[in-house]
Amino acid sequence: MIRQQRMTVIAQQSIAKHIFELTVEGSLVEDMAEPGQFVHIRVADSFEPLLRRPISIASIDKENNRFTMIYRSEGRGTQILADKRAGDEIDVLGPLGHGFPVEEAEKKAYLIGGGIGVPPLYELAKQLNSRGIETVHILGFESKEAIFYEDKFKALGETHIATVDGSHGTEGFVTHILNELPHDFDTYFSCGPTAMLEAVQWAYPQKRGFLSYEQRMGCGIGACFACVCRTTKSEMDYIKVCSDGPVFPAGVVIT
Amino acid sequence: MIDMTIKIPGLELKNPIMPASGCFGFGKEYAQLYDLSQLGAIMIKATTVETRLGNPTPRVAETAAGMLNAIGLQNPGLEKVTGEELPWLEQFDVPIIANVAGTETEDYVEVARVISKAKNVHALEINISCPNVKKGGITFGTDPAVARELTRAVKEVSSVPVYVKLSPNVTNIVSIAKAVEEGGADGITMINTLLGMRLDPKTGRPVIANITGGLSGPAIKPVALRMVYEVSKQTNLPIIGMGGVTDVDDVIDFLSAGASAVAVGTANFVNPFVCPEIIGKLPERLHELGYNSVQELIGRSHRL
Repeated sequence: MIRQQRMTVIAQQSIAKHIFELTVEGSLVEDMAEPGQFVHIRVADSFEPLLRRPISIASIDKENNRFTMIYRSEGRGTQILADKRAGDEIDVLGPLGHGFPVEEAEKKAYLIGGGIGVPPLYELAKQLNSRGIETVHILGFESKEAIFYEDKFKALGETHIATVDGSHGTEGFVTHILNELPHDFDTYFSCGPTAMLEAVQWAYPQKRGFLSYEQRMGCGIGACFACVCRTTKSEMDYIKVCSDGPVFPAGVVIT
Repeated sequence: MIDMTIKIPGLELKNPIMPASGCFGFGKEYAQLYDLSQLGAIMIKATTVETRLGNPTPRVAETAAGMLNAIGLQNPGLEKVTGEELPWLEQFDVPIIANVAGTETEDYVEVARVISKAKNVHALEINISCPNVKKGGITFGTDPAVARELTRAVKEVSSVPVYVKLSPNVTNIVSIAKAVEEGGADGITMINTLLGMRLDPKTGRPVIANITGGLSGPAIKPVALRMVYEVSKQTNLPIIGMGGVTDVDDVIDFLSAGASAVAVGTANFVNPFVCPEIIGKLPERLHELGYNSVQELIGRSHRL
């Protein structure tokens, strides 16, 4: 069920260049289930900025009714969000959308993320591991300063890092790492820039894959038709990223 | 007991609050959140004869206290709307106002003829004000004679009262309002969005793929209020007012300016519960202001 709730900030810290980790608490967490779902956040009660910000869920802590988001502070809205401190309240609408289908993985999964597409893969990795699935993480960042959660992913499985400038790990994109890795997995999951998602699909045409897309949103619940994409699914004319996705099987979304 | 009911052509509203067309889809998304029977009415998304896939993305952009959109009248087409969307909405005790759009007069006439026969459609809203399509839409809403003739043509085939949705993107909105009144309109809904644009300061490029979009949200409320005031003074048609409504006092303002009912648009995206919240607060606010009914408030700004 989708709820709108004022949640309490438990902690916020900067964990990489312009990247913040924000943990909030509230009963809304009870309804969180699938990794890859997102929340829609109103950063201020004023008209400025007016619209909500979609932010992915990086980890869920059901025991304490808490969840953690990781986001890049770059625009007006996320700058205001970055100023929130423990004890502050934020207006959260969620959980929204359809996430990664963890039950599709059989034995071994590749989790491929780029930049701010990496966070939802963390909760996914946790859930896959708890189901006994081996996860391999292939994560791309701009530079060394932009990397986050490397150790946390390493604790869950084999982890490879690429940086565009070569300041850490493999120089280049995640695809440079994929070229070197064996194809001994059954399912891949990916989240990141559209160009990366395209490249990943090309790399594994024979594999079962699920991709999380990003698109500029209005309402976040499927009513405004801002985030539509064309689709290869013949029974549908289009898909809405916010409510039909953001996760889709490989080959479904035309970008 | 505060009387919240309003009667305008075709519509016996239990309260004067309704979501605006294009901001509520066909109700399914919001029905996950609350019982739609609470609403005074629902203005469903614009319907055209054929399926429309709309404009390329990005289709929305945030602006100061507002947003731009250029969705492009995306909708599943008349057959699906009358065959699936409207029957689904029958489970709720709420009158539907069907927003009718098209490229040519014949399109409007065809949609109006068919959709006005649906069981739960109690009124039509003729969309002569969408700024985001190359043909149709606003091109019917900026010339009084064209607006009058389209109204007349739709009125001839419609089984329910016809409201015309006016565009603010005109020099003199009263002349358009008078023209649709002459054309036989039963009411007016106003305003649609104001044409605007936003650029990316880094590249100088428009943020919206369509280049321009319609501005909505709190930023446009003063413009909407002024226009409702003018039109209500100079025509005899009931008005469903809208433009930047986000809380109960905005509703009070539109009623005072001369609207008989009020639609909520962009605010649904910010707070999906905004309509039931306003409906809940309205009786108390009326009581505080010393009124016993919504009806008493309508047009009070003209009487001062």
